[in-house]
Amino acid sequence: MSDDDKVKDPQRRDFLGKATAVVGGAGAAAACWPLVSSMNPATDVLSKATTEVDIGSISKGEAKTIAWQGKPVFIVHRTEDQIRAMNESPGGKDPQPDGQRVIKPEWLVIVGICTHLGCVPNRSATGWSCPCHGSQYDLSGRILKGPAPRNLELPPYQFVTDNKIIIGKA
Amino acid sequence: MSKHPVIEWIDRRFPFTAFVKHELTEYKVPRNLSYWWNFGFLAGFVLLLQIVSGVFLAMHYKPDAKLAFDSIEHIMREVNYGWLLRYLHSTGASAFFAVIYIHMARTLYYGSFRAPREIMWWTGQVLLLSLMATAFMGYLLPWGQMSYWGAQVITNLFGATPIIGGDVVVWLRGDFVVGDATINRFFVLHFFFPFLICGIVLVHLVALHFVRSSNPSGINLRAEENISLHPYFTFKDLFGLGVFLIIFCAFVFFSPDFFIEPDNNIPANPLQTPPHIVPEWYFLPFYAILRAIPDMLGGVVAMTLSVMVFAAMPYLDRSKIPGGSRYRPLYRAMFGVFVLDIALLTYVGAQPATDEMTIIGRIATTIYFSMFMLLPIMSKKEEAWLFVRGLPQEVMAMIAEEKDDDRRRREKDRRKNERRREQE
Ligand code: HEM
Ligand code: FES
Repeated sequence: MSDDDKVKDPQRRDFLGKATAVVGGAGAAAACWPLVSSMNPATDVLSKATTEVDIGSISKGEAKTIAWQGKPVFIVHRTEDQIRAMNESPGGKDPQPDGQRVIKPEWLVIVGICTHLGCVPNRSATGWSCPCHGSQYDLSGRILKGPAPRNLELPPYQFVTDNKIIIGKA
Repeated sequence: MSKHPVIEWIDRRFPFTAFVKHELTEYKVPRNLSYWWNFGFLAGFVLLLQIVSGVFLAMHYKPDAKLAFDSIEHIMREVNYGWLLRYLHSTGASAFFAVIYIHMARTLYYGSFRAPREIMWWTGQVLLLSLMATAFMGYLLPWGQMSYWGAQVITNLFGATPIIGGDVVVWLRGDFVVGDATINRFFVLHFFFPFLICGIVLVHLVALHFVRSSNPSGINLRAEENISLHPYFTFKDLFGLGVFLIIFCAFVFFSPDFFIEPDNNIPANPLQTPPHIVPEWYFLPFYAILRAIPDMLGGVVAMTLSVMVFAAMPYLDRSKIPGGSRYRPLYRAMFGVFVLDIALLTYVGAQPATDEMTIIGRIATTIYFSMFMLLPIMSKKEEAWLFVRGLPQEVMAMIAEEKDDDRRRREKDRRKNERRREQE
């Protein structure tokens, strides 16, 4: 190395090197964003956000499963006995009064996806039971037993008429 | 033997003959390698088999939620030898895991994960993770009920991530549930990952040729006890391949559905989970660990740890005694318990989650992790005990040599540092 090649101010050069690396790194990370973002749901998937359901055909004590955003939604026409039983019970490990989980007590509308790992619970005598790891839910969709941490989710919905609800719009 | 003129021409421009000689035909290998050392070669063979059968399957397969299931039926019924391609590929996935698990067990038993082979062990760990990801994504492609619900459950595991969990799951799937966007990206990644695996295998092999094979004696052999790969081990590997192919073909031709869940012949139904979902056999131990923990986040963490903990092995095993289980009765016993425990976890993972099974699963999970946690203490205690009890001369010589090497290296580092300081 000849004399005038020697670094005069090595600290200054260190700083420039580090600054270049930081700016370059940030640029590279920003360039990855479109790639990451492209994996999110596309607009046509997002636009399937609401579903209208005619509930007039579901008689007392019966239930129906419909698809909303591709997810199963359980709609149950509950009997007076069932409503009373649900009002008396506080729920399990994620307690919540039944009244907060319904708009009209005779209609229960819940997302039929187990809050554990996403299986679809099956109807059981007391509500639902999940075939995957045995979580059990009551007729308000509240978790009673098993590995699921939370109650079944409530979709946003509203009554358009007495016999029709729209799911996805609160 | 004189060289072919074409080879001659190439050799003047590219180190072809030299490379083949140095890295393949005359590559030196310990002469006492047992059949447990065949499984790396077998893993390479199965990787090639999966890539070849996969590329030809992909010519007929359609990655679309509406078309996928029928395209598999089309492959099975109408494509010439389509049934063969599919059964080779679906059986090949199981064979891949069987071979890799034996390969890992060999490494654990003989302690070949220790210095200087840590990079081999860690590239192996990355290979295992990539293989798991590849197989998991491939399993969704037939779009049967098991495919669908397996993917639904596993992608949901990411929902346990604090705060952003829900968004991560939707991002992975590209939809609110496993759907068309999911199968499309899984197909692309399933196609792409095996080539990534090839790249990691290359690193694995460069490391191997640098540190060279360990051997069942655990002692470094003298130079003359290493022999050429060809013809000695090329033929040993080919013989092993013959045995492997007999077993493999027995499944492909006589019991091709053995590894395919009957429920997977029912098209995926997003509104109905099958009554009993089970993962493929190679994920059962980890699935059992997931279910053993009552809390969801805890279960996911435990399952992740159960795979990742292997990476810590070079640090958990603190014994200086070489040769893994060869000279270490306690380590050998722990290895035995670990293998049996994995068998138990596999069994539990396949059973419905009854109370009884949950308890057995919890005990087996505890044993699984305690083996790793006990190892640092046990290996030190065992080392002290074995020094007192006495070890073969060669082993002691090797430990002394390593100590020497260490001392010399440290000495060299010290001098280098001193010189640098002087210069400044
Ligand atoms: C690391 C190697 C690989 C593993 C472990 C693997 C594993 C799997 C598995 C478990 C399945 C589901 C099998 C079934 O139930 O039918 C599958 C399907 C599939 N794989 Fe692979 N695969 C590998 C490499 C590849 C490659 C390189 C390609 C393409 C270039 C490919 C293309 C396909 C296709 C098109 C399917 C759907 C057809 C079917 O299900 O039989 N695979 N793979
Ligand atoms: S997914 Fe329902 S209990 Fe695990």
